[in-house]
Amino acid sequence: MATPTDRRLPQYRPDPDGTHPPLDYAPYRSTALRHPTQPLVLLPQMLTEVTGPLLGPGRLGEFDNDLTRQHAGEPQGQRIIVTGRLLDGDGRPIRNSLVEIWQANAGGRYRHTGDRWPSPLDPNFDGLGRTLTDDDGRYEFTTIKPGAYPWKNHDNAWRPAHIHFSVFGTAFTQRLVTQMYFPDDPLFSQDPIFNSIPDEKARQRMISRFDLDRTEEEWALAFQFDIVVRGREQSVFEDEEEDE
Amino acid sequence: MRLEGTPSQTVGPYLSIGLPWDDGPFVVPEGTEGAVWIRGGVYDGAGNPVPDAMIETWQADPDGGFDHPDDPRGKPADPFRGFGRCPTDDQGQYRILTLLPGVVPDASGAPQARHIDVSVFARGLLNRVVTRIYFEDQDNAGDAVLASVPVERRDTLLAKKDGDGYRFDVRLQGEGETVFFAV
Ligand SMILES: [Fe+3]
Repeated sequence: MATPTDRRLPQYRPDPDGTHPPLDYAPYRSTALRHPTQPLVLLPQMLTEVTGPLLGPGRLGEFDNDLTRQHAGEPQGQRIIVTGRLLDGDGRPIRNSLVEIWQANAGGRYRHTGDRWPSPLDPNFDGLGRTLTDDDGRYEFTTIKPGAYPWKNHDNAWRPAHIHFSVFGTAFTQRLVTQMYFPDDPLFSQDPIFNSIPDEKARQRMISRFDLDRTEEEWALAFQFDIVVRGREQSVFEDEEEDE
Repeated sequence: MRLEGTPSQTVGPYLSIGLPWDDGPFVVPEGTEGAVWIRGGVYDGAGNPVPDAMIETWQADPDGGFDHPDDPRGKPADPFRGFGRCPTDDQGQYRILTLLPGVVPDASGAPQARHIDVSVFARGLLNRVVTRIYFEDQDNAGDAVLASVPVERRDTLLAKKDGDGYRFDVRLQGEGETVFFAV
């Protein structure tokens, strides 16, 4: 059996500084007691780190990608189509890969025992979606636009409307949970979670794009949101491979 | 082509709407011969349990193989999910049923000690934190990653024998803070 030294393992480059939030970020108060204070130890990328779960078929139910059809009746709110591609930092599509989302209802209320603010639950909306990317890395959900919601982080704090996204990539190094926002939200300026991303351009990449082409007449608006997980370090070996 | 990465955001307090699966904690089905429970809690800097966290595990099969195209040693004979996930409960506790991972070589071909890679997500964590589970009753001598950890903190990476399995607590901050890795 070959040892890993016989063929170089892929190595995943770090995203540029400022792409990801610091774990210690005072404006988001819950980080105070939950961020590590000791320095991180470097973990070289070996077999366990460059592999990862390839989760796909078998994880999906019939209406998992259509959050408006999971009950007998339709949920309240603005129907939207959310599409995009799951790619790595070199532009490779991540194929047949699980995408998980969760969100509040149109009034900004989550179906969760911990969410008690006085906005009604919607009996026709659970706020949970799953799908697989296709051979081009594309995913698509039909859902309703989530509402903004208050939280107690600071005085009169409101979260901008968002959909939580969870993706795996193909390696442990690429695992990512993020949030998709909507264009021109007036709540961005006071939201510490959105603003925890140091690099302004990186922050903008969490905002979906209104996609007129994908709207459906008399039916739904559309937003486009690509998700990019870490790319690979270029190796001499790969250069040779691409020349073939 | 180079694309810029999408930033990480917290899972927030309501991760349990979207992320748990009924079979998430079961890397192997109950009743599997040799299966062990790994149980533990997630604690914050005040020592309080974190009830809105989630643990994910990724590991080799008992022979040290991965069912993955980037494992140059080829496909293992028996498919093994290798992946577990469990949200913490009201008391901040999680559990994963799995088989002990086999020995996996490092980049030089030298054996690593048996280990499981772990991601921890929670409200208040803007990005996941990554750690590794090693096992106190296994041969951990000569593991390069463990050796790179300050000696007085290595114990935080060792799962302790406990009943029908092991206990592995995650302390996010403060006294006995778990070693977290940059990967
Ligand atoms: Fe949220």
